[in-house]
Amino acid sequence: MDPPNNYRRIACLGGIYSNYLALEATLADIQSQNVDAIFCLGDMGAFGPFPNRVFPLLKTHNVQSIQGNYDDSIGNCLDDCQCGYTDPRDNYYAQISYDYTLKNTSEEHRRYLRNLPKQIRLQLGNYRVLLCHGSPRKVNEFLWESTTSSHFLKSLCRDYAADVIATTHTGIKWHRVLSDDQHLVNVGAVGRPENDGHNNVWYTLIESHENQLKVDFIPVHYDFQRLAQEIRDEELPEQFALALETGWWTTCLEILPAKERLKGPH
Amino acid sequence: MDQLWFQVAGTRCNLACSHCFISCHPKNFSFGFLSYDDFKKHLDESIEIGVKEYYFTGGEPFLNPDMTRILVETLRHGPATVLTNGTVLQEEWLDRLSRADRDSMFSLEFRVSIDGITAAQNDPIRGKGTFDRAMQGVKKLVDYNFLPIITAVRTWNPNDDLKIIEGFQELLADVGYLRPRLKILPTLQIGAEVNRSGGYSAADRLTHAMMEEYDASLLICNHSRVVTDRGIHVCPILIESADSLLGQTLAESVKPFPLTHGACVTCYQYGAICSNATTQLQNQKRPIEPKSSL
Repeated sequence: MDPPNNYRRIACLGGIYSNYLALEATLADIQSQNVDAIFCLGDMGAFGPFPNRVFPLLKTHNVQSIQGNYDDSIGNCLDDCQCGYTDPRDNYYAQISYDYTLKNTSEEHRRYLRNLPKQIRLQLGNYRVLLCHGSPRKVNEFLWESTTSSHFLKSLCRDYAADVIATTHTGIKWHRVLSDDQHLVNVGAVGRPENDGHNNVWYTLIESHENQLKVDFIPVHYDFQRLAQEIRDEELPEQFALALETGWWTTCLEILPAKERLKGPH
Repeated sequence: MDQLWFQVAGTRCNLACSHCFISCHPKNFSFGFLSYDDFKKHLDESIEIGVKEYYFTGGEPFLNPDMTRILVETLRHGPATVLTNGTVLQEEWLDRLSRADRDSMFSLEFRVSIDGITAAQNDPIRGKGTFDRAMQGVKKLVDYNFLPIITAVRTWNPNDDLKIIEGFQELLADVGYLRPRLKILPTLQIGAEVNRSGGYSAADRLTHAMMEEYDASLLICNHSRVVTDRGIHVCPILIESADSLLGQTLAESVKPFPLTHGACVTCYQYGAICSNATTQLQNQKRPIEPKSSL
């Protein structure tokens, strides 16, 4: 039997954003994937309703989580989400979402969030894997596919002694194979569609198969209409419900680089 | 190093804006154009040390006859942002750049400077007729499927920010730009701006106390350098200061820089003023209470 931190095949998810229905569907799908362990790369709360409903699911399925910027903020009752937005239009909706999430997260779950590790290191076959939220050096750093050079990613792999760096934070999945069989994997988000006009969300399977890294992005369908209705019932902004229904981001758009922004209509 | 800047046009600009922090104008030859070979030499070195993204500035970058070629080459290796006044853009260049952008996995960003929502607000600062010419430049970029970041220096009362943002949204919709990206910048009280609004006072300096619990990674000198025809400088704001020249290679330039300039206070106060983040970091905004200087 492999030691606890040496795996063959793992499931990684991130950016739950209080979307407990998508999380439930994701964890149900993972049950059939024959994985050794499940990891969550952080940001349990945001846009969605009833933030407490996420935590029993994580516990029941033995999900090992790390702390995202949102989790640090909620856990420690900070003033804002530390998402790293810089435009007042992004911050307006982010603050509404944050205030609701903070108000509706129990002390028990806040304690869980503030005690989460910042990063997890593990071995996947021959690969040294570093799981983090934004980047290895900063929890809220945005590593967008179109604004991150490959030589910069190589320097991160070197500086942080990893062959595979897995992140979330931007909410859009991507995988880049670097020289020397090193990899950057953004595992995507299960809490919000990825601005592609589809309602499904994504999680990621990472496997060392015959000493080759295999990365598969898995689409997950869930009852988005029910969650959208609950968002409205909780009197959260209509824009949050529309993003789930249309698959297009409606808020927090100003942080997107041109290439990612051009994929959506807003 | 996260950002490598190239002062591709030196201090040459077709405009002579009254707030320019390095006093660029048509006859300012104090910094020259960067040659393609010099650009390529430093680009190659930047790949070795792992630079994340590239920025191009001037003066007006598109006065450099190699500008299009430089951007096309950059997009083979990483993301590129070019800061332009939007008044000299030619369709032929945009056609080539839009194809290079489409073929690259990296973003090509244009930042277009417009300092107000009317000619009456903009032209006294940037020159007669520049408002209309810049708006035509924006329209060209939008026609080529770019999403330019409109950059405005805050020469108005800060309380009017939201009104100005709404004004820009209406204005830009008129030229077909329906989801405008906007960046509002503080003034930097050096260069030509000294004559317009006065420079920094001797008290405008960072202190040890101000740096306590401050995220210094937000200061541009913490993560960037700029290449000019003279060598490598600490940041794009201070190139005219003698102490800003740090060496001839990127490796030589990676060393701490004393935060002794008045402009360091503005960088400290707002954070991320040079990068593409669309406005200042609200949470990083700091009160200025100078005590003992560093």
